[in-house]
Amino acid sequence: MIGTDINTALPEIILAVYAMAALMLAVYGGKDRLSGFIFWATAGVMAVLGLMIAFAPAGTTTAFNGSFVNDAFARYTKVVMLFGSAAMLLLSQDYLIKNKLFKFEFPILIALATLGMMLMVSAGDLMALYMGLELQSLALYVVASFRRNSIRSTEAGLKYFVLGALSSGLLLYGASLVYGFSGTTNFAGIAETIHGDHLGMGMLFGLVFLCVGMGFKISAAPFHMWTPDVYEGSPTPVTGFFATAPKVAAAGLFARVVHDAFGGAVADWQQIVVFLSFVSMFLGAIAAIGQTNIKRLMAYSSIAHMGFALLGLAAGTEEGVQALLIYMAIYVTMNVGVFAFILNMERDGQPVTDIRSLGLYSRAEPIRAAAISALMFSLAGIPPLVGFFGKLYVLKAAVNAGLAWLAIAGVIASVIGAFYYLRIIYFIYFGDEVDPLSNRMPLLHKVALYGAALIMLVGALNLFGIEPIAADAAASLLK
Amino acid sequence: MDNLLSIVIFLPSLAALILAIVLRGEDAASQKNAKVLALVATIATFVISIPLLTQFDPSNTGFQFVEEADWLAGLKYKVGLDGISILFVMLTTFLMPIVIGACWTVTTRVKEYMIMFLILETMMLAVFSSLDIILFYVVFEAGLIPMFLIVGIWGGKNRIYAAFKLFLYTLLGSVLMLIAIIYMWFEAGTTDIPTLMQHQFASENMVILGFTIVGGIQTLLFLGFFASFAVKMPMWPVHTWLPDAHVQAPTAGSVVLAAILLKMGGYGFLRFCLPMFPVGSESLATFVMTLSVIAIIYTSLVALVQEDMKKLIAYSSVAHMGFVTMGIFTMNQQGLDGAIFQMLSHGFISAALFLGVGVIYDRMHTRDIDAYGGLVIRMPVYALIFMLFTMANVGLPGTSGFVGEFLTLTAAFKANTWIAFGATTGVILSAGYALWLYRRVVFGDLIKESLKSITDMDMREKLMMTPLVIMTLLLGIYPALILDLIGPSVSALLEQVHAAQGVVMDAAPAAAH
Repeated sequence: MIGTDINTALPEIILAVYAMAALMLAVYGGKDRLSGFIFWATAGVMAVLGLMIAFAPAGTTTAFNGSFVNDAFARYTKVVMLFGSAAMLLLSQDYLIKNKLFKFEFPILIALATLGMMLMVSAGDLMALYMGLELQSLALYVVASFRRNSIRSTEAGLKYFVLGALSSGLLLYGASLVYGFSGTTNFAGIAETIHGDHLGMGMLFGLVFLCVGMGFKISAAPFHMWTPDVYEGSPTPVTGFFATAPKVAAAGLFARVVHDAFGGAVADWQQIVVFLSFVSMFLGAIAAIGQTNIKRLMAYSSIAHMGFALLGLAAGTEEGVQALLIYMAIYVTMNVGVFAFILNMERDGQPVTDIRSLGLYSRAEPIRAAAISALMFSLAGIPPLVGFFGKLYVLKAAVNAGLAWLAIAGVIASVIGAFYYLRIIYFIYFGDEVDPLSNRMPLLHKVALYGAALIMLVGALNLFGIEPIAADAAASLLK
Repeated sequence: MDNLLSIVIFLPSLAALILAIVLRGEDAASQKNAKVLALVATIATFVISIPLLTQFDPSNTGFQFVEEADWLAGLKYKVGLDGISILFVMLTTFLMPIVIGACWTVTTRVKEYMIMFLILETMMLAVFSSLDIILFYVVFEAGLIPMFLIVGIWGGKNRIYAAFKLFLYTLLGSVLMLIAIIYMWFEAGTTDIPTLMQHQFASENMVILGFTIVGGIQTLLFLGFFASFAVKMPMWPVHTWLPDAHVQAPTAGSVVLAAILLKMGGYGFLRFCLPMFPVGSESLATFVMTLSVIAIIYTSLVALVQEDMKKLIAYSSVAHMGFVTMGIFTMNQQGLDGAIFQMLSHGFISAALFLGVGVIYDRMHTRDIDAYGGLVIRMPVYALIFMLFTMANVGLPGTSGFVGEFLTLTAAFKANTWIAFGATTGVILSAGYALWLYRRVVFGDLIKESLKSITDMDMREKLMMTPLVIMTLLLGIYPALILDLIGPSVSALLEQVHAAQGVVMDAAPAAAH
């Protein structure tokens, strides 16, 4: 029995053991002299695990009395998260060295956060959910304040921690209500206690608190308040990391909870998700207009994108989950490319975050300018770039689920949102001449930036075959 | 060749790719190379597209040269041509070499400029030939990106404002269309345009917030498409982006915009609104025709008071597009024939007029009407050609401008006398602003010091104008060239529309019992 359990959760166990071993090695070994090695080793382990999961046998298996679920849905999100984390980790190396933040704890914390995320999307039980969530959050609180001697960074970490603790408390309260009214913490068990289409009052309260907690993690409005400040204050690689894998984990967790535990009462949670989606799309689109700091702008952009991802979830159908999964994979790819660029926005060795500093960037660096513009058009959802197809899938799912009005709201929000992506392109191509940014860009960042841009351009051909994989994953969740 | 149409569509993009990868440097020689390569590519595209026209069988009202391949999400890459779309494809391939010719005087970032136009050509050709509705949407929208950059990078002083206005106006219109498209996909279960044209969308009246919507779903879907095409067309009152975009765009950008991009709106009405939502079209026909007449009269009056030549021609474009929408929504043979004819003829005439403005702008660097006068003394050839196109713009018999206006007016008279009455005043007003423009720019004494040394058109400019002159006169004298080609497709379309409307009309009393 325990043998099969371990086998089912093998990737997680490997990552956990690796993280602890690396920690021991570094503490008793060479401390920061080993940083470089641990960076590459961590990224390597994550990539190997990603491949291992990608080629794992199909089918659904559970472990530890159903509190850990390994199904196609979990595998899909894990692959996206592992590769996203590994990519952001490698991209962050250069920035951390330049800013004297190159410490061995960083990759280990990222590995632990990733482990937490993997547990989140595999959770089959409220307790497992909470443990995964906290493991991820605690690691993220620390990396947010990784630049200890900067007030902004510590403020970001503290703000994130206080609000994160509050949301965890709400989530836990919701979990306790659900447990109290259903008598079990197991998702399958909870689902069995739901009769008819609607929840009892106690369960409903529990569901609302759970959604609030998860809405915070996914940074959906109106629980988004921490996002801009944390994005701005954290060191840029950390911001980039926040914008990629944790978002996938939170979206995956959200889908997991509402479908696995509350799949019988779609109408009850649907209205909550519809609300979160609607508000996020508009808040993200409108609040970003006035931003000149690119990290804050990306924060609002991520809020708007989460609104779109939730639009897929709001459909409450298999098609909707498929749309959500495709959307998240595209979103992560775009963000890896964009942050590969942002990490290199600097002048005289100092990081620059003002978008006006991109004035006429295309003169100095035409190829990079074209690549980042392609990514911006893709973020805005303009066809034929892949970002459009992500939106197309969620809109289709929403319309097919009878949420045409929400889909209309979504496209209006995306037009408003297009404005600020265009503004970046405006600075790059038409803006006023400013002191040029440094033209240094390590090979790795170039690969990520051009690679992401190229994927956005040629992905329109067939989305690299992601569609049937996402369909399988969605089917396994709704089984 | 089986995939002739795809070759025509993608050849310009292939040239753009070669330009992007192979060509380096910003010196005069490489600029020249970029221009020559783009010109060769567009001419080659035109030459290759000629067999499309010669092998086209007008009596076959279905789609020809159809190509199909699987794409993502159950969609298809499907292209093909019928009697309506073939002419727009030919118009595009015909005009693009002239557009590239109009770029010859540009000296900044020439390579990128050429790439933009070549990509734009692919997008425009794909718009006119796509037979999958999502594919249509993708290329329809994608054309915005190069246009945005063309206006924004190579435009005039106020280019940023114009580029953003162009982009956001069009985007807002087209996303509403996207919702309608997704709904249709859901409802009909397919994105195949020929199948959708046969599909009957529900048209029972429905009540939303206490308002009765005549035509129900069809009317709503119609409005979704209408939002997009009305902006693109552009129709009053959402036309305001056009004068800004035209004034700020470089000459070649203006030519593409007026001659080809605006036609996408009219083409969209013909391809989607009429056959797919016949009942919706019926219930809103009077509304659209009224807007068209307002556009014709109002923008003609606005054109009268313009100080800027390009703005004047831009407003005249809006007025002429008013004839097109009016013709389409009369929903009879003359109306549709006239509308298509008017679009083609406007493609040639507006291209020539903007080129004409470009000719003197290149010499004097101003578009103020007041800065000119008496040009006929120094520029006789220019005066002659500009007069021809001014007359064509007015709709003088013998030029192609006359045929389209005459047919649409006849059709409007059949449909609604008052509409026809209003539109006819527009013809008079157009004579007013066009001839007055001509008088102020070309006639009079050559008193301005700066104009005394102005030179007449050079070889390149004459070469660009010649094909346009030939087409304008040829179509004016022998319009059957076009009308025979589009006739069968148009009448098949109308038959289907009237049949669908008739079915609903017959069913309505039955349902009342």
